[in-house]
Amino acid sequence: MEATNGTGKSPPTPAAKPDLLSTSSAFFSDFLKTLKLKTKQQELLIRVAILGLVYILAFSTRLFSVLRYESMIHEFDPYFNYRTTLFLTEKGFYEFWNWFDYESWYPLGRIVGGTLYPGLMLTAAVIYWSLRFLRFAVHIREVCVLTAPFFASNTTIVAYFFGKEVWDSGAGLVAAALIAICPGYISRSVAGSYDNEGVAIFALLLTFYLFVKAVNTGSLAWALGSAFGYFYMVSAWGGYVFIINLIPLYVLVLLITGRYSMRLYVAYNCMYVLGMLLAMQIRFVGFQHVQSGEHMAAMGVFFLMQVFYFLDWVKHLLNDSKLFQAFLRITVTTAVGVGAVAMGVGTASGYISPWTGRFYSLLDPTYAKDHIPIIASVSEHQPTAWSSFMFDFHILLFLFPAGLYFCFKRLSDATIFIVMYGLTSMYFAGVMVRLILVATPAVCLISAIAVSATIKNLTLLVRAKSKVANPGAGKGASSAKASSKGLPDQSMPFQRNGAIALLVGAFYLLSRYATHCTWVTSEAYSSPSIVLAARGAHGQRVIFDDYREAYFWLRQNTPPDAKVMSWWDYGYQITAMGNRTVIVDNNTWNNTHIATVGMAMSSYEDEAYDIMRSLDVDYVLVVFGGVTGYSSDDINKFLWMVRIGGGVFPVIKEPDYLVNGEYRVDKGAAPKMLNCLMYKLSYYRFGELTTEYGKPSGYDRARGVEIGNKEVKLEYLEEAFTTSNWIVRIYKVKPPNNRCWSQLCASTRLDFGIWLHVNVVAGSMHSASSTLNWVLFCASFIITVFEQAFIITKMPLAFKRHRSSSKANLCPLRAIWKRE
Amino acid sequence: MGKSSTTKDAQALFQSFRSAYVATPTNLKIIDLYVMFAVFTALIQVVYMAMVGTFPFNSFLSGVLSCVGTAVLAVCLRIQVNKENKEFKDLPPERAFADFVLCNLVLHLVIMNFLG
Repeated sequence: MEATNGTGKSPPTPAAKPDLLSTSSAFFSDFLKTLKLKTKQQELLIRVAILGLVYILAFSTRLFSVLRYESMIHEFDPYFNYRTTLFLTEKGFYEFWNWFDYESWYPLGRIVGGTLYPGLMLTAAVIYWSLRFLRFAVHIREVCVLTAPFFASNTTIVAYFFGKEVWDSGAGLVAAALIAICPGYISRSVAGSYDNEGVAIFALLLTFYLFVKAVNTGSLAWALGSAFGYFYMVSAWGGYVFIINLIPLYVLVLLITGRYSMRLYVAYNCMYVLGMLLAMQIRFVGFQHVQSGEHMAAMGVFFLMQVFYFLDWVKHLLNDSKLFQAFLRITVTTAVGVGAVAMGVGTASGYISPWTGRFYSLLDPTYAKDHIPIIASVSEHQPTAWSSFMFDFHILLFLFPAGLYFCFKRLSDATIFIVMYGLTSMYFAGVMVRLILVATPAVCLISAIAVSATIKNLTLLVRAKSKVANPGAGKGASSAKASSKGLPDQSMPFQRNGAIALLVGAFYLLSRYATHCTWVTSEAYSSPSIVLAARGAHGQRVIFDDYREAYFWLRQNTPPDAKVMSWWDYGYQITAMGNRTVIVDNNTWNNTHIATVGMAMSSYEDEAYDIMRSLDVDYVLVVFGGVTGYSSDDINKFLWMVRIGGGVFPVIKEPDYLVNGEYRVDKGAAPKMLNCLMYKLSYYRFGELTTEYGKPSGYDRARGVEIGNKEVKLEYLEEAFTTSNWIVRIYKVKPPNNRCWSQLCASTRLDFGIWLHVNVVAGSMHSASSTLNWVLFCASFIITVFEQAFIITKMPLAFKRHRSSSKANLCPLRAIWKRE
Repeated sequence: MGKSSTTKDAQALFQSFRSAYVATPTNLKIIDLYVMFAVFTALIQVVYMAMVGTFPFNSFLSGVLSCVGTAVLAVCLRIQVNKENKEFKDLPPERAFADFVLCNLVLHLVIMNFLG
């Protein structure tokens, strides 16, 4: 007792804890004894039970969104995936593969089958078909909504096996539990988030696990499995580039550090050749594995490995270092020379394409900001803030370095792999927010190693001491008492207490982690972003369902072939829910087309009208948050439209929309800003509205200012529909004005005169001598000349009523004939 | 001077290499022959491509990759059945051969699909 006095309040805790622990464990072991299982079987039972619970937990924690809202598809991209899945299940695989979609990228269209990663849709369709085959009458939407949670559950199983392969089964269990609720992964895999990442993380981890397994066993079958995992990954997500660069890097590191083995050769070569071949079967990826610069590292390592192992073999065979030196000199110079020449010729002739912008921006985070506004404009491509690391990883962020320490302490092929995976993916997670997702499995695995190793050491300490202290003592409460009695005899008096305190601390931290994850999932990551929720003035929950209201209106009230122009964020939703053709959508493959829309949005109304006429636009849709205070609306995205538009069309200049480098919409805003199409469409009739008590009318709640132009007048567009909370506003593009009456007369008379003239000329060709014909000819000629003179004098007046297009002014006659 | 020494080296190298290789078991020699054949076929295709052009690129790729894949898989088999490699002591040659056949099956099914 004297010894523990120094620690203050700690004695009650260790005394009470083992008591509780040992009684419960005694109860548990008694229970297991009644089942008559051996210790190994007991362990297996517990392990399977824990895995089963984790499996269910991973699924059910992702159902918050369904409980809070409803079973629906979230966000933007999932709507495209949902639409294609619907098409696939209705029309079948071949129709899907050959689908040319007329409804997007009007007037270009999109070859859907060749420009998507079909893995997700096929997975959902296969699940749907098998459920139907088993006579479960489910709707495809439910399948799509629950695909991501289902695959998250499967990921936990893979994480268990991966952890087991890298460390031991305890680490595997902890890894499964950690990854099941890690917010970094949940953010992309809640129910309804029907996106590629949902299945891709499963495929990624599966590929890595099978590869490590192949390296550990040196078996071709595991390597083949890894190639299939890679194939699934390629079919599901563009992030497969990470795999095809990480694995060669890993091989290279092993070669350089001299840890290579025959097993590595078998694993890498089989996986690379078969994986590459399989990946080429995906049309969107095609020949990229042999042509694009991003995949060249893998090929280079492949050849390097052949040379390296060949040299190794020859060395082994010759058994004579001097001869081998000579051989090495010849071979290495030849190999390096041939490789360099091949690379040089390939790059110079354009056969090997350079790296893409996204890849560059990964290596150099500032690249996209300077060169490619369309990549920089996406919020999930921004560099990650510290807070979001903390938000997504919580204690894992501290456990990660500890896990790295344990990995370095027990270095093996597998731990080297997991360390490299962790470090590279952590770097990428720092560059781009969305890549936190890729880092999550690695962070979970490495942290699991830390947790598992620490707890194992601590429990060993606790148990060993108790055994030494009371040999032959019974179980239950007596053992705890005995051990606390025997405490002062120990050589290190605080060891046991310290271990117990640390154990309690670890469990406390882990429980905090679980609480944090559940809170984050329920509060932050479960909103579908298509239905918005807010707290009302009295604390009640207010739901804004404006998006679906607007898309339903489009579906019901516009002609089926109407074309809708909006910023590209909403393209997928309009085609999927509104069933209408859009100009641009979230698949940002054609920058010029997006820039054209950006230019239309940032031009004056009359210029924008020209652009919209040329694009055949019938409706314009803008998202506006001024009434509700919804901040991710089009006015806040507007500078990106200006930047992207200005990137292709230099007429649009960003400084025109800023005042002293400041972006504002109130009275002090730039005149071009106050009169551009986006401003007008967002704030049309907004000046009449009082949004907040005690504020003047036209008070924008999203930006907290009174708008600068309350008298918005629209000339070429008219308001068609505004949703109940003003979030979505739809405008109809008016057809061109009718010509005025005199103009109409003029043109008909002109046509009449010409018609007469031509007729008479034709008649006079037959009988030129006829005097009657001659008179008629002259008369018609005179009429025509007069008509022309009349029209030319009247025309400018008539056209002032019309649009003041420069071409029409220069050549009124041509304009008139063109309109016929 | 340098040139003659290099050729001498090469000759000596070749000699000792041959004498060392003779000791290899016959089954490994057969696999070596198979690998050489596959690599040789791949080289022929590459030379042909250099002369004629890559036009049906998928056909060229599937041709070359089938040879390269065959060669690589055979080398893997050779590594696994070689008794000198202690790493694969507990891998019976029957299992190695079954894996080899399975991988080849997948390889050539995919090649057939890709041939166009």
